[in-house]
Amino acid sequence: MDALVVSGSPHVHADQSVKKVMYGVVYAMIPAMLVSIYFFGLGAVRVLLVSVIACMAVEYIIQKYLIRSEVTIFDGSAIITGVLLAFNVPGNLPTLILVIGAIVAIGVGKMSFGGLGKNVFNPALVGRVFLLISFPVQMTTWPVPKPLFAAAITDAITGPTPLGILKEGLAAGKTVQELMPQLPDYVGNLMTGYQGGCIGEVSALALIIGAAYMLIRRIITWHVPVSYLLSVVIFSGILWLSDPTMYVDPLFHLVTGGMMLGIFYMATDMVSSPMSPKGQIIFGAGCGIITILIRVFGAYPEGVSFAILIMNAFVPLIDRAFKPVRFGETVKR
Amino acid sequence: MLKTFKTGGVHPEEYKLSGSSPISVLPLPEKVFIPVSQHLGAPAKVLVKKGDPVKAGQMIARGEAFISAHIHSSVSGKVSRIDEVTDPSGYRRMAVIIDVEGDEWEEHIDRSQEIVREITLDQKGIIQKINEMGIVGMGGATFPSHVKLMVPEGKKAEILIINGVECEPYLTSDHRLMLERGEEIMVGIRILMKGLGVTRAIIGIENNKPDAVNYMKSLAAGEDGIDVVPLKVKYPQGAEKQLIKALINREVPSGRLPIEVGAIVHNVGTAFAVYEAVQKNKPLFERVVTVTGKTVKNPSNFMVRIGTPVSHLISSAGGVLEETGKIIAGGPMMGKALTSLDVPVIKGTSGILLIRSDESRRVEQNTCIRCGRCISACPMGLEPWLLGKLISHQEYERAEKERIMDCMECGSCHFICPAGIPLLDWIRVGKSRVGQIIRSRGK
Repeated sequence: MDALVVSGSPHVHADQSVKKVMYGVVYAMIPAMLVSIYFFGLGAVRVLLVSVIACMAVEYIIQKYLIRSEVTIFDGSAIITGVLLAFNVPGNLPTLILVIGAIVAIGVGKMSFGGLGKNVFNPALVGRVFLLISFPVQMTTWPVPKPLFAAAITDAITGPTPLGILKEGLAAGKTVQELMPQLPDYVGNLMTGYQGGCIGEVSALALIIGAAYMLIRRIITWHVPVSYLLSVVIFSGILWLSDPTMYVDPLFHLVTGGMMLGIFYMATDMVSSPMSPKGQIIFGAGCGIITILIRVFGAYPEGVSFAILIMNAFVPLIDRAFKPVRFGETVKR
Repeated sequence: MLKTFKTGGVHPEEYKLSGSSPISVLPLPEKVFIPVSQHLGAPAKVLVKKGDPVKAGQMIARGEAFISAHIHSSVSGKVSRIDEVTDPSGYRRMAVIIDVEGDEWEEHIDRSQEIVREITLDQKGIIQKINEMGIVGMGGATFPSHVKLMVPEGKKAEILIINGVECEPYLTSDHRLMLERGEEIMVGIRILMKGLGVTRAIIGIENNKPDAVNYMKSLAAGEDGIDVVPLKVKYPQGAEKQLIKALINREVPSGRLPIEVGAIVHNVGTAFAVYEAVQKNKPLFERVVTVTGKTVKNPSNFMVRIGTPVSHLISSAGGVLEETGKIIAGGPMMGKALTSLDVPVIKGTSGILLIRSDESRRVEQNTCIRCGRCISACPMGLEPWLLGKLISHQEYERAEKERIMDCMECGSCHFICPAGIPLLDWIRVGKSRVGQIIRSRGK
């Protein structure tokens, strides 16, 4: 003992760190990564690697040469952005476009706000939406999933997503029932990932496994996912019950497109979501309603990314408006 | 389902290393250092001077203000000098320093082990006796106990709550006291009930002490109006407002005292001290102190005379100072880091905790990732991250509106923060500034 350390209480701390939280999220995404590689093969490997490395490199360059701050590319947050960006693009996206996505995600979406903890919007979604608007063709040309070691079912290399089939079909005046035969079996295939789409969003099951891990390790809480899920089910359920020929059932909405990825991995991003449990519930509910509005009435077949980004913008307001219940606020006797 | 409080709370690792060590009497030190301000409120006025002979139990400083407490000598011997010493809070305070000679007690103190059950004093007499014997809250807050028994005009005490929670990790002094002096505590509770004029008392004990729960239950079975309630383990359950919420589901309004909801809370240690004071005529000059930590060979519970230097306790328990980086008076969540080994044990010292060198320094501070865990952890329903930010921007008015003064400094926010942000440090700074602003407004 040289000299006594004197500091204010508390003198013990939970065994937690920013790094542990961030890498916990990375580990939770491993099942979905494996499924994406299974269905989209080398294309998925390439997309994942390019995206993660590009995100880390962009952050490194900005921190080292532009703002000359401490380099923190191994804190896990850039990796998460990289994986999420990869999850949100098709497996055949050209490398250059992907790099542009990474520059926008990290450069504009994260570092321009001041880096980790200060970004208003989910960086991966900023990158994704930028690409979707700038490169609409490349971003919506989906490779047909082909399981490893299996013969291709069709000769087609690319095909539409279930949501795309539905949107175009309904726009052409067909009913949901007429379109159903064209859609994959959505309790079986859509759960396990045998559908066209972005590489990380295809398997609801793999995403749920990762989400369960995050919930058990308390990296995320139930508030955002449950309220998001319920608002999707309730809102799409009302539409479905009002006219089953025009509107598809809630389960379809849940297992298709980026819904599971959005609910569990992007809406729950702690930096860009509200901090109090009450605020998180409002946030999740808003995401759900906007997602369905866009999917059903909007121009895009998919609405998760836009919905979360729109709600991200409301977070400062939600944080101000929905305070936790203060102890002793109301006199109860 | 075990009862607990609803809002917030955390689960630090318990490390009750000394839970099975019976209370042993610590040999007398050569010198004791007795500060004249060991309680909340005004310091007591010194009655002795250098060279005076004193006996154990003799009043050496008188608490003259309404909120103050008398101080008694804990040993017999000669007053060596009256000087400033550093106390556990790190401040220099006036103290009576006594050279120990023998162990002679005041004659009026009943030193027998026999338990005196019959309470002869009336309500007024009880309060007076507790005042005379210098009893203060033994849980750590050290609020003079007789003041707590004087219910303000217009308020009515309905229920006495006895705090046997001991929610701080490591500490076991209350646990051992309940196991070994449970019968005395029961009499002490009866005295407190009579002093308050209530007919009901509840003893709250966290369920990580099943032996204490069962023993106190068996004792309470023979008593009218006293119940023992086991509580789910959760920090900070021993906080007054949280304990009241857990036990009787009443919420003390912001900025008010428990009496607002008809409750008065006393610690089990205080109940024991009250027993000794009223039934045995014994002033508060010794207490149970847990000496523990990962660098202590024999984690112990000692009966210690007030004023004993901490170094004496540490060497008696086999503390390895070479591997120790920090020494804490109290528990790891709310205790104070000591500035030296010469600091004396005072009435509110429930434990001495040695922290290993590698765990002594704070974790590296990172940026806030807005995870919201501080909000979920805060037992007062505050937003620690926001308070921290407001104070760092010197926005005191806004911090006041966000109820910064409700913070009781339990430390759950800093404990849970994955970014290691010293939220409580900011809040402490803010509370002192906002407190100044509120006081200046009153003038």
